[in-house]
Formats: sequence, structure tokens, C-alpha cells
Amino acid sequence: MSVIKAVNLVKIYSGGAVPVPAVRGVDLQVEPGEFVAIMGPSGSGKSTLVHMLGGLDARTSGEIWLDDKRVDTLSESAWALLRRKKIGFVFQFFNLVANMTVADNVELPALLAGASPREARERRQNLLGALNLSERADAAPGQLSGGEQQRVALARALANQPSVLLADEPTGNLDSRNTRDVLRLLTEVHKDGQTIIMVTHDARVAALADRLVSLFDGAIVDDGRIARRRTGTAGEVIDLR
Amino acid sequence: MRPHLLALLAKEPAHGYELKQALEQTFGSAYPSPNIGQIYVTLGRLEKDGLVRAVDVEQSNRPNKKVYYLTAKGRESLTTWVEEPTEGPRVRDEFFMKLVLAPLTGIADRMALINRQRRHYLSLMSDLNDLLARTPAADRVALLLIEGAMLHLQADLEWLERCQEDLA
Ligand SMILES: Nc1ncnc2c1ncn2[C@@H]1O[C@H](COP(=O)(O)OP(=O)(O)OP(=O)(O)O)[C@@H](O)[C@H]1O
Ligand SMILES: [Mg+2]
Repeated sequence: MSVIKAVNLVKIYSGGAVPVPAVRGVDLQVEPGEFVAIMGPSGSGKSTLVHMLGGLDARTSGEIWLDDKRVDTLSESAWALLRRKKIGFVFQFFNLVANMTVADNVELPALLAGASPREARERRQNLLGALNLSERADAAPGQLSGGEQQRVALARALANQPSVLLADEPTGNLDSRNTRDVLRLLTEVHKDGQTIIMVTHDARVAALADRLVSLFDGAIVDDGRIARRRTGTAGEVIDLR
Repeated sequence: MRPHLLALLAKEPAHGYELKQALEQTFGSAYPSPNIGQIYVTLGRLEKDGLVRAVDVEQSNRPNKKVYYLTAKGRESLTTWVEEPTEGPRVRDEFFMKLVLAPLTGIADRMALINRQRRHYLSLMSDLNDLLARTPAADRVALLLIEGAMLHLQADLEWLERCQEDLA
């Protein structure tokens, strides 16, 4: 059983003067608990792919399966319902609800997914704590830095304990210290069995994944495991290179 | 220079001077112009090790020339060189040499090489992630070393992407 499966998925943007084939026939199957990193040059179709997987962008052709149910044929409202329960999404250009506090932005998805107010609050406190944002809980998103907003977006995406976390460049605006918080949280939720599909240019983040999918020109050109290798002291590990 | 000559010979048999020209043509200024004497010495060693063999070709009103070709053992050694993950210093490193020469060998295309190397770098990065998590904050010199190694790797990965966009 896979959490998410794409079969010959295609996206052609046809709004402009010439149609743009952004994703050309992607086959992808992700098992429960797997952490998949997606890398590839700018314009290779990474955002388009994860948007389609999350039902945020309609496919041109092909199939999408979520928890063994075909979902690409769902109506927009059925998708919206499914997303609340099963999908956490972090956008490349984070969109938080501007007129809600940070705390409410994070609690809302848990509530929508059916958590009790107490559960939603606890989960929000844990997530914001892990991302070093507890002090910003009452701020509005507009008062936060880019890096802070990005961490709130991650907390929000994890709030409903989704079947799959889809994240598009979740560390794009972070300095190295904040990236470390995000790395730690991702490692932790992954260890707890969270399935993750993440687009990233950051090798430190990608290296947390079990598997790397490389996109080029809208197609998968490589799909394989990231080997875990040896351990040792800094001198040993780095000297061996 | 041994695997480099083997790779050129995998494309077609050649004599020493042709190999010198092929190196210059293939790498442009990215390879220090090889000395012909050095090429002959290397070819002699490769022959002694059974990786290449030479045949004498007669030339009208000139001394015979030796044309070298790859043996099965030479091809095997070349395959090993191309396929093993590359360690070592950067810039014009082993991987760069493989990348430039790969299309001549018929063993692996550039896309496959780049993809394999990318995953290798990420697995090194994963070691460094573990290391970073295990290193106490007080061990500041070690942390700097690790972060330096990570930044190098990140740069290597970005360069791989450039190669892919440009060469693939
Ligand atoms: N709404 C749109 N209309 C038309 N073309 C689009 C649209 N969105 C994306 N594209 C095109 O589709 C291709 C893939 O875009 P996409 O955003 O998926 O790339 P990406 O891999 O996420 O790039 P980046 O690393 O820059 O975020 C690009 O050529 C892009 O110009
Ligand atoms: Mg994108």
C-alpha cells in the first residue's frame, strides 16, 4: 500500500501563447513513512508536481492515488475536504492567513481536520516550541520575518498530522540556525512515521530524506535511495573525503 | 593520466601524438597541455600492465608508428574508474574528468554520472548531518569543520546542477 501514487502524470499549462509542458509523464509511488526529496533545476516542474499531488493544481492527464483511493477525478470541494484531513502543504511562497495570529494559523488546520480545541492547542504549542516561535504566537504573519513565516507555514502544515506532508522549499528563507530547528523537527516527525515529500535546493535538508527524485525538464531522470554510510568523529568522516 | 588515456582509447585506437591532441581538444584549457614524453611513458606502463596493446603500423618513407588499443582488461579498469564514486579535492577533480570523458567511453552517459554523484554527495551530507547532531556545542572547531564541509558539498551540488543544465 502506498500513501501517494502518481501514474503517468502530465501538466501542460495552456493559458499563454504557447502551451508549456511543465510535467511530462511522471510515475511516482511513495510508501508510508518514506521521506522523499525532490530536486532539480529551476523550471524543471517541481512545484507543479507537488501542487498536483496536493490537488492544488489540476492535472492535464494521468492518475493520482492517495491512500489507495483515486483522487485526480475528485471535484474541487471533495479535494478541499480531503486536504484538510490528509495533506499538509508548505508553499514555496508561504501563504498564511494575514488577519489571524500565528497561533490561530497553526491551530486552524487541526480544528478543520477534527481535532478538539485542546488537542489543537497542544499540538500548536509543541510545533511552535520546536521551531523556536513560541514568543511570536500572538503576532500577525505580516509582523514576522520571511524565515519566521516559513517556519509558521511548516508548523501549520503539520498541525493536522497529515497522511503526507508536501513541502515546496520549506527552508528557502532560513538562516543556518533556523534551518537547524527545521531539520530537527523534520527528523523528529519523520522518525514518528510522517510521510514527507519535499522539494528543496538545500542539500542539508535533502540529505535527511530516504530517497531522492531528480526532475529535469518535467521528467524524473533519477530515483534512488540516499545511502546512510559510516559514522565517526569529524576528523574521521571529513578526512576520509 | 592513466584512466584518461584509457578513456580516449575506448573511443578509438590511437598513437601517442593523437592522444595528446585529443586531450587538448577535449579539455581545452581545462587540462594542462600534456607532455608527449609523459604520454609515451604512461602508455608503456599501461602496456606492461596489459591494459593496452600496441600494433606497429607501417608508414611510407617514415619509421613505423605504434597504434595503441584497449584490451578487455583495460576496459574493465576503465569501467571501475568511471563507476566508483569519486572522492577527493574539487575543481578539476576525478569526477570532472569522468564527466568530460564519459561520452567517449560508452560506459555511462553524463546524466547517469551526474545523478549517481548527486546521490553520493547527499549521502556524504547525511553523514555530516548526523555528525553535526552528535557533536557537542563546546567542540567549536569541529563544528566549523563540519559546516565548512557542508558548504563545500552544497556548492558541489549546485555545480552538478549547472553541469546538468549545460551538458545533458
Ligand atoms: N501558471 C503557469 N502558467 C504557465 N506556465 C507555468 C505556470 N506555472 C509554471 N509554469 C511553467 O512551468 C514550468 C515548471 O514550473 P515550476 O514552477 O513547476 O518549476 P520549479 O521546478 O518549481 O522551479 P523553481 O525551482 O524555480 O521553483 C516552468 O517552465 C514554468 O515557467
Ligand atoms: Mg518551484
